[in-house]
Amino acid sequence: MGQAQNIQNTNKTGTVVKVAGPLIVASGMADVQMFDVVRVSERRLIGEVIELRGDMASIQVYEETAGLGPGEPVYLTGEPLSVDLAPGLIEGIFDGIQRPLASIYAQAGDRIARGIDVPKLDYEKKWKFKPVAQVGDHVIAGDVLGTVDETEAVLHRIMVPNGLEGKLTWLFDGSANIQEPIAKIEKTDGTVEEVKMLRTWPVRRGRPYNEKLAPDEPMVTGQRVIDTLFPIAKGGVAAIPGPFGSGKTVVQHQISKWADADIIIYIGCGERGNEMTDVLMEFPELADPRTGMSLMKRTVLIANTSDMPVAAREASIYTGITIAEYYRDMGYKVALMADSTSRWAEALREMSGRLEEMPGEEGYPAYLSSRIAEFYERAGYVACLGSDERYGTVSAIGAVSPPGGDISEPVSQATLRIVKVFWNLSADLAHRRHFPAIDWIASYSLYSDQMNEYFDNHVDANWSKQIQETMQILQEESELEEIVRLVGVDALSFQDRLTLECSQSIREDYLHQSAFDDVDTYSSLKKQNGMLSTILDWYHMGQKALDAHVLFNDIIQMTIRERIARMKYVPEDKVDETYKAIKNQLEQEFLALMEGSGNID
Amino acid sequence: MIKEYKTITEVVGPLMLVEEVENVKYDELVEIEQANGEKRIGKVLEINQDKALVQLFESSQGLKLPTSKVRFQGKSIELGVSQDMLGRVFDGMGRPTDDGPEIIPDKMLDINGEPLNPYARDYPAEFIQTGVSAIDGLNTLVRGQKLPVFSGSGLPHARLAAQIARQAQVLENDEGFAVVFAAIGITFEEADYFIKDFRRTGAIERAVLFMNFANDPAVERISTPRMAITCAEYLAYELGMHVLVILTDITNYAEALREVSAARKEVPGRRGYPGYLYTDLASLYERAGRIRDNKGSITQIPILSMPEDDITHPIPDLTGYITEGQIILSRELHMRGLEPPINVLPSLSRLKDKGIGEGKTRKDHADTMNQLFSAYSRGRDAKELAVILGDAALSDVDKIYAEFATQFEERYISQGFNTNRTIMETLTIGWELLSILPRTELKRINESYIDEFCPTPQTKEV
Repeated sequence: MGQAQNIQNTNKTGTVVKVAGPLIVASGMADVQMFDVVRVSERRLIGEVIELRGDMASIQVYEETAGLGPGEPVYLTGEPLSVDLAPGLIEGIFDGIQRPLASIYAQAGDRIARGIDVPKLDYEKKWKFKPVAQVGDHVIAGDVLGTVDETEAVLHRIMVPNGLEGKLTWLFDGSANIQEPIAKIEKTDGTVEEVKMLRTWPVRRGRPYNEKLAPDEPMVTGQRVIDTLFPIAKGGVAAIPGPFGSGKTVVQHQISKWADADIIIYIGCGERGNEMTDVLMEFPELADPRTGMSLMKRTVLIANTSDMPVAAREASIYTGITIAEYYRDMGYKVALMADSTSRWAEALREMSGRLEEMPGEEGYPAYLSSRIAEFYERAGYVACLGSDERYGTVSAIGAVSPPGGDISEPVSQATLRIVKVFWNLSADLAHRRHFPAIDWIASYSLYSDQMNEYFDNHVDANWSKQIQETMQILQEESELEEIVRLVGVDALSFQDRLTLECSQSIREDYLHQSAFDDVDTYSSLKKQNGMLSTILDWYHMGQKALDAHVLFNDIIQMTIRERIARMKYVPEDKVDETYKAIKNQLEQEFLALMEGSGNID
Repeated sequence: MIKEYKTITEVVGPLMLVEEVENVKYDELVEIEQANGEKRIGKVLEINQDKALVQLFESSQGLKLPTSKVRFQGKSIELGVSQDMLGRVFDGMGRPTDDGPEIIPDKMLDINGEPLNPYARDYPAEFIQTGVSAIDGLNTLVRGQKLPVFSGSGLPHARLAAQIARQAQVLENDEGFAVVFAAIGITFEEADYFIKDFRRTGAIERAVLFMNFANDPAVERISTPRMAITCAEYLAYELGMHVLVILTDITNYAEALREVSAARKEVPGRRGYPGYLYTDLASLYERAGRIRDNKGSITQIPILSMPEDDITHPIPDLTGYITEGQIILSRELHMRGLEPPINVLPSLSRLKDKGIGEGKTRKDHADTMNQLFSAYSRGRDAKELAVILGDAALSDVDKIYAEFATQFEERYISQGFNTNRTIMETLTIGWELLSILPRTELKRINESYIDEFCPTPQTKEV
């Protein structure tokens, strides 16, 4: 809060002695604390103290350091790296240290100039504050004081700040900016504290909650291979490792678009500038399937593209998860995408190298895995602070970019030890243009059991049985394929060949899903269930027909299969009737086949 | 008044230590003057109190410590840019090497550029016709994209690059199209091939060439691509031109980086390349793009040779993570005589979907592209199976697919380095090939397109 004011108050304390890329060493820094923010040189570049030795401090600078030299001043702010939390975050696009890119653009043009000082949020904009609490109430941290319609899709709850408790003596009603007082609380010692809408929170510290709970509800993504085979829970953590070109970013974009979360935080960490532009241009145009509102109305974007300074990449992940936790505390289901955590780890490595630390595996610092673990542990399903029993979740989905697609490298391995869901993207599938290229043999979800129970109760009692059978068929296929490769398909029994046909149908007609097709891009659970059960019905009837000596070729050349293949293109509002018709036709055709072979029972 | 120092205490490889300096800034340009008046340049890599570590951009050969004078210039390395650079040839440091006059700069630009605000970017969406079917039809290049060519030693990437530079055009008009070519550590003969080809076809008129040869100092290579991109940025964003930047060979660039990193005794990442290789490559590649409300664009085609054809080597690997796709040349196809030997299956253009379709190329483009990919993939599998089990093991449909794959390679991919095909020709050949397949197999194509575009009606039924 008010970093600009603080700078004016601070005296110059340190002096730069060494400059090496984004790392600066300054002397005369005895008063500074670890991870405090400092401003370097007259340009006021933003930096963070990452090492202290006597009165010497190592500072990682979040901006380009060209033109800096020894002797230049270092100003202390006395504050750790923090984010501003208040209405105005949603629909924002920020850099790694929460500077709005639109403001930078307005001030500096096409390029990101250095030392630019823009407010993190709009301090002037008036928001309509609607009181919820009652004057005279005893309130504790986390209690909702009032609400603000941040966008059409997000109701922003203004809560009692952490560490504050007492009697509410005054509550505002009307329009205010985020720096104006909206409530007064008399503490037990008799002092009165004013509360504003604006809060700050240090990014490297997780926000408190009452209790952490085990996730028990799926986050439906509308992506068939994910929801059906490898579901993620609300409050769960997932990793998507894969070589380049395997579609990590598309999967992340798809989840951001269609997941049934209230808030989406998308962190583009060291990735392509054009991809962020794509998100920026596309999201406002897309409608959220649940609210009908533009997707941007529930999204916060954090962009540190690969040409932006590397140190801010390290911070971007923390900035993102702190904002996610803030909305979680309001009782929302938040989904956070980090693309890609490997770039974040590389930023750690680069700073570690410049600090001349002893390297661990592949030059990464030895604390890599503990940092990754710390980050993912901030996700989860929690009972929020406050007396009204709100529950919120942060689901974290991190892309990993392993060199050469080989997941034996340290970042992938450290990530896999933490996450519960692993969507392994396969280069081979991608080359075959099978998207999403999630490998059904190697991937897993440790939430499957709980989630299947949920699906059984909420979608179809047969759900988990179906899933089990589907996995079994896919597994069998990979074994049968081996045999086919050795001796040819003719060596297989017709039963096995039918299994192969069925698994092909599962792969091509069900798991394959086009992110670019207007209808296919999202499938509701009902649609997923309808599709999968139809494919399996065909398989079961086919097996029966084979037993009844119907010709194999007749079964695989059934005209209904064409319709099954096109089931994915049936719009959601036509699913019920169309699928019913397909099932009817399926039964009719089989009946005809059985009759034809004279084996009707 | 710029101070002169005669306090060089160490020279190791491309690095030089100057002591007792004052007021030196990080990343500053340094000029070193020898006793005989010869000048070299470098930049400040690190300053620790009064010691400056300088990276030379030229060879340290012949440098004599006591008599050399060092001047810190108070600015970063700059390139003087002007419209007159079109049609000219420069060395790796931006000095003219042809017989033409000195360039009178219109502007001096810092070669490192500044990061582009993602908010200021405009999404690339306009089709560029390269005249190469495997690219236009299947891995379409769009304006503002960065699409590298992954090659190997001995493969004809130079010929493909020259072909693209010669033929590339945007569909509606050709105004303000320019090529900036940076040769990074390539041999004289390869460079000569490009210059001759540009001269022969007249492409030189709209080209700017920066040449760093294999025998030029390796450290100079770190600047060469930046010089070229800076020039391109001037042409694109100040003069409103559509600029195609060709950088060859990025592998040499990465090796120069490794050399400097090793001399600095940095902790190496994979295969001895510095840990910041990704960031450094990104600082080149990310300078491709388009800017809102600006007419110009920069499209990049970096070329790199994969050591041992290994796509998991750090250079192609990190490049692939930054660029928007890749065009992969295959040794196997080259041996079989395909020109150009582009392996379309692992090749990819991430931005193709935005650059094709109605109003850009033709409405059936996306569908036929998907169908060609899947049919070729299946045909190749069938051919492999036939090698193991014999033709007899193939089903009737697979035999047709095998035939399709053969013809696809011969007619679609192998067009020769001198054939310039329009996108309509490419689409037509695609349809001719697809008509080999029975109509029921064309699952990925909208029915109405088959009726409208498929040339042979007998495919309606098998």
